[in-house]
Amino acid sequence: MILSLKWLSDYVNIDNLTVKQLADGLTMSGSKVENWRREDDGISKVVVGKILSIKPHPNADKLLVCLIDVGACEPLQVVTGALNVKENALTAVCLDGATLPDGTKIKSGNLRGVLSQGMLCSLSELGLSGSDFPYAAENGIFLIEESYEIGQNISEAIGIGDTQIEFEITSNRPDCLCVSGLARETAATFGLPLRLQTPVVKGSNGKISDCFEARVETNLCSRYMARMVKNVEIKPSPRWIRERLRASNIRPINNIVDITNFVMLEYGHPMHAFDADRIKGQRIVVRSAKPGESIQTLDKAQHDLRGDILVVCDEENPMAVAGVIGGQDSGVSDSTKTIIFECACFDGASVRKAAKFLNIRTDSSARFEKGLNPICCENSINRACELVELLGAGEVVGGTIDVKNFQPKTKIIELNSDWINKFIGIDLSQEDMIKILNSLGFKVDGKKIEVPPFRIDIEDKADIAEEIARIYGYNKISTSIIKGQAMGGLNKRQKFEKCVNNILISLGCSEIFTYSFISPKEYDRIQLDGDSDVRKSIKIKNPLGEDTSIMRKTTLASMLNVLSHNYKNRNPLAWLYEIGKIYSMAKEKGLPEETKKITIGCYGNCDFQTIKGIIETLLDRLHVDKVEFIAASGMPFHDYRCAEVLKNGKILGKFGEVHPAVSENYKIDARVYIAELDFNLIYDQVDENLTYEALPKFPASTRDLSLVCDEYMTSAEIEKVIKKNVGLALENIDVFDVYRGKQIDSGKKSISYKITMRNKSRTLTDGEVDGLINETLKDLEKIGVYLRS
Amino acid sequence: MIHYFLLYFGFIIKYESVCEKIMQEQILKIKNSAAQEISLCKDLGQLVSLKVKYLGKKGELSLLLKQMGKLSPGERKRVGQLANSVRNELENALEEKMKNIKLAQQQDKMRSERVDVTLPGKKFQIGRIHPLSKVMDEINNIFIGMGFSIVEGPEIETDHYNFEALNIPKNHPARDTQDTFYIDDELLLRTQTSPVQIRVMEKQSPPIRIISPGRVFRSDSVDSTHSPVFHQIEGLVVDKNITMADLKGTLKLFVDKLYGKDSQVKFRPHHFPFTEPSAEMDVMCFSCQGNGCSLCKQEGWIEILGCGMVHPKVLKNCGIDPEVYSGFAFGMGLERIVMRRYNIDDLRLFFENDVRFLSQF
Repeated sequence: MILSLKWLSDYVNIDNLTVKQLADGLTMSGSKVENWRREDDGISKVVVGKILSIKPHPNADKLLVCLIDVGACEPLQVVTGALNVKENALTAVCLDGATLPDGTKIKSGNLRGVLSQGMLCSLSELGLSGSDFPYAAENGIFLIEESYEIGQNISEAIGIGDTQIEFEITSNRPDCLCVSGLARETAATFGLPLRLQTPVVKGSNGKISDCFEARVETNLCSRYMARMVKNVEIKPSPRWIRERLRASNIRPINNIVDITNFVMLEYGHPMHAFDADRIKGQRIVVRSAKPGESIQTLDKAQHDLRGDILVVCDEENPMAVAGVIGGQDSGVSDSTKTIIFECACFDGASVRKAAKFLNIRTDSSARFEKGLNPICCENSINRACELVELLGAGEVVGGTIDVKNFQPKTKIIELNSDWINKFIGIDLSQEDMIKILNSLGFKVDGKKIEVPPFRIDIEDKADIAEEIARIYGYNKISTSIIKGQAMGGLNKRQKFEKCVNNILISLGCSEIFTYSFISPKEYDRIQLDGDSDVRKSIKIKNPLGEDTSIMRKTTLASMLNVLSHNYKNRNPLAWLYEIGKIYSMAKEKGLPEETKKITIGCYGNCDFQTIKGIIETLLDRLHVDKVEFIAASGMPFHDYRCAEVLKNGKILGKFGEVHPAVSENYKIDARVYIAELDFNLIYDQVDENLTYEALPKFPASTRDLSLVCDEYMTSAEIEKVIKKNVGLALENIDVFDVYRGKQIDSGKKSISYKITMRNKSRTLTDGEVDGLINETLKDLEKIGVYLRS
Repeated sequence: MIHYFLLYFGFIIKYESVCEKIMQEQILKIKNSAAQEISLCKDLGQLVSLKVKYLGKKGELSLLLKQMGKLSPGERKRVGQLANSVRNELENALEEKMKNIKLAQQQDKMRSERVDVTLPGKKFQIGRIHPLSKVMDEINNIFIGMGFSIVEGPEIETDHYNFEALNIPKNHPARDTQDTFYIDDELLLRTQTSPVQIRVMEKQSPPIRIISPGRVFRSDSVDSTHSPVFHQIEGLVVDKNITMADLKGTLKLFVDKLYGKDSQVKFRPHHFPFTEPSAEMDVMCFSCQGNGCSLCKQEGWIEILGCGMVHPKVLKNCGIDPEVYSGFAFGMGLERIVMRRYNIDDLRLFFENDVRFLSQF
């Protein structure tokens, strides 16, 4: 919403306020000022001048040399290329050092050997257009037809000295989308009197109802008012109307159209004017569009209409899309003789739907969308007629068509000053509250507050409290600390998540954040089977694009993308993790399932043992013990370097090297390791009964065994035999070397174990230890595992 | 006779004193030669052999003392005392020497171990917490300190929780500006974390003091200041006698802890469908102290969060009697706070996760 400061001062005396004070005050009472600018911003040293003489330029055919009286002792000599110069005409003259809105600076200088002490301006050079001064030529300099004092500052003279204040009005306050509304806020904010008048129409003979009738065939139009003006003379509006419109960023067109816009800006209620002679059957009908109907709108575009679009029609055809835009045929033209003013109240949602469908947003539709009150139609239509009479634009025919499709009701809210004081935390007297409410247009009778019709946002006492608080001043409200006790803090699961973060960070992984949605193509890039369950992702109905169109059902693709980004940027290594969700369709009714995953991904200075080590350490530090690792496969993993982590038969996650084909798809020319672990499953496995175990009193015995076995035998198989034979005495098995090479037969490998044994209640003898080891070796031989010679 | 006697005795005395004297001399001789050798000794092995040579079981001193049997008790006492004092002296000298030699050896060793302290230290690879997490934790902790709990909720929400229950009915203009991602007619990606507040109010009776941090989604194309995924932290307090002054006090305290005690805030009326009265809280621009600069777009103030008193309708919808209870709610966007904190100029960096970016936090 752009407000003309001069227009505002018609309603409130703001002489004692600077623009900044006004803007700050209104911002702090709820009408946020975004910025402001003077219309003549950038224009300086441009004055009204009179052309005294015109002579040809001695050295250039297309240039003229003029002498201009700018009110100084000596006339200026100015060279111009404009051919519309006339002796004795007034024009806009740039003096030496003048500036124009586009940043141009004018300096005195020689133009082809002749001194030019300034420049003559065109309308567009002043930042204006033909609609501001309809009589002025589009090409050539601006010849001013009104008479002004010579030498007068141009912006003062032609009236472009207004200040435009731009507001950001919140969606609940459509009543502030007009001058009178903001004037009311200004008056209330600064405690100034508001000068509002009820329009008075003299009217002339005749009655509109003798010529026209209106019918409303929908409940989406709560009121339809119309008044008629005959003997209309279409011409440009007077300067003061044009100035007000221009300062409000509305282009002046002609007196009748300007009046409808003027009233909309002044009262906030959109209006429309029809050429009465174009209304077939002398009947106006508000109804839904019929199948096959179309309309050519004022912007000359042809639109097919849909059944749920509300239209204003004559006997046959739509004349306007209700609340959005008028039709070309029924619009006011230069030859219009009689007009019908429409001031109606259409349903906001319906107007929005229509505007969206037509892809047209107008000042009118924007206002209807936010909601208007039918009661306010009356003043608006009368104000339009008052202006017609004031401007001598035509004769207002008596009577008003008024189809009321609503029950006028006054909203009453009880004034409970104690509650308000308590709710806000202030101590204001009831009289002060009433004073504030009155200044905002509320009437208060005893304890009854009557809500003014334009305040469609006010519903209950909390709204009243806000009105009082914002005018009193939010910043005058004291601050206090919440009373009462509260037990805050993280719950167990949240603390657990913090632990996971800390452990992974200490292991060298950095945390990442990725989007929850991915492209379905990611599933191809990680080479999932066509019928993989993971592909059954939740789809977004209105995605930004394919890249973000489905809710991810695995986090691995997101991780691979981040690794790929890092690889592309030549980062030598990246060890990363994310705690983020995957999303699956609900099994039955209700919300989809959201499952938290711990995703780890790394390349550079790492191998399979690295990622396994990260997972082992993570689980160990989280007190998840006795986990098993079993070989696994499946995309996007390497066929022989992939494992699942299990505990009590539950798969906690899967990890391994990325399949070379997948790495290639992500353009990573390095070995990549990734893991996807289920956060909640791991959380459920945590052994919470953590108790201290006494430190051993007796020494441990260790034996190193280098064993030779088949290449494909797993260490787990060997460890199983060791565990079985050493039994309770076993404290730890550690692998410290895996060897393949010269001293070992081909097809075999050697694994070296350090076995630690201990008895809690006494020292183990060498004999006992050797006995255990010998038994173990015997058993190992049975599965083809021998002591390395 | 007496004379003879005396003479005899004299001889004896003389004989005995000679023996004592000889031993004393020999002890002192041992002492001197040992002391000299010890003082000249340069390594630990030699020192040990010196100890054996002079003080060992078969050392010179011990051998000498074996002859003490020839002495009278008085002489033995004196010689013994001397021998002990010499032994102590030598032992002390040995120990002292031992210390010195060790010290010298240590010094030599250290001298040979000189390091170039300007060479780089060992590289330890430690991960970094994402800047979004880092600041989110900081904010969470401030509120935890004020007795708040943290509640999370679903990211795929129903229309009801995301809009209807928050007093944003269908066709409400606020729905236009939120540009929601829909799954179907009923399900959507939450555009705010406020639905969590509704879920809490439905389940828990007051007093309620929670914050709900989390990711939210809006249909904004990606650029340096927009992302379809971002994070919000919202808070809710419901109890008896909660006032707007409490709202202001709580949030001022929050800002003091986040930005320091000197920070200045102002509350500006605003509109949110689920609060009444509603406000936006601005913090005075840290870089220009309110004078206007490029960081605050010349406004002197930076908008930090939206807040307000929970709308009675919202309370009622959740089964909380607005006549008995009142409350306030607030919400802020995490990304903007983090960007300002670290002077990050491009929101995309958060989701690109370049390690060169991550390693800075």
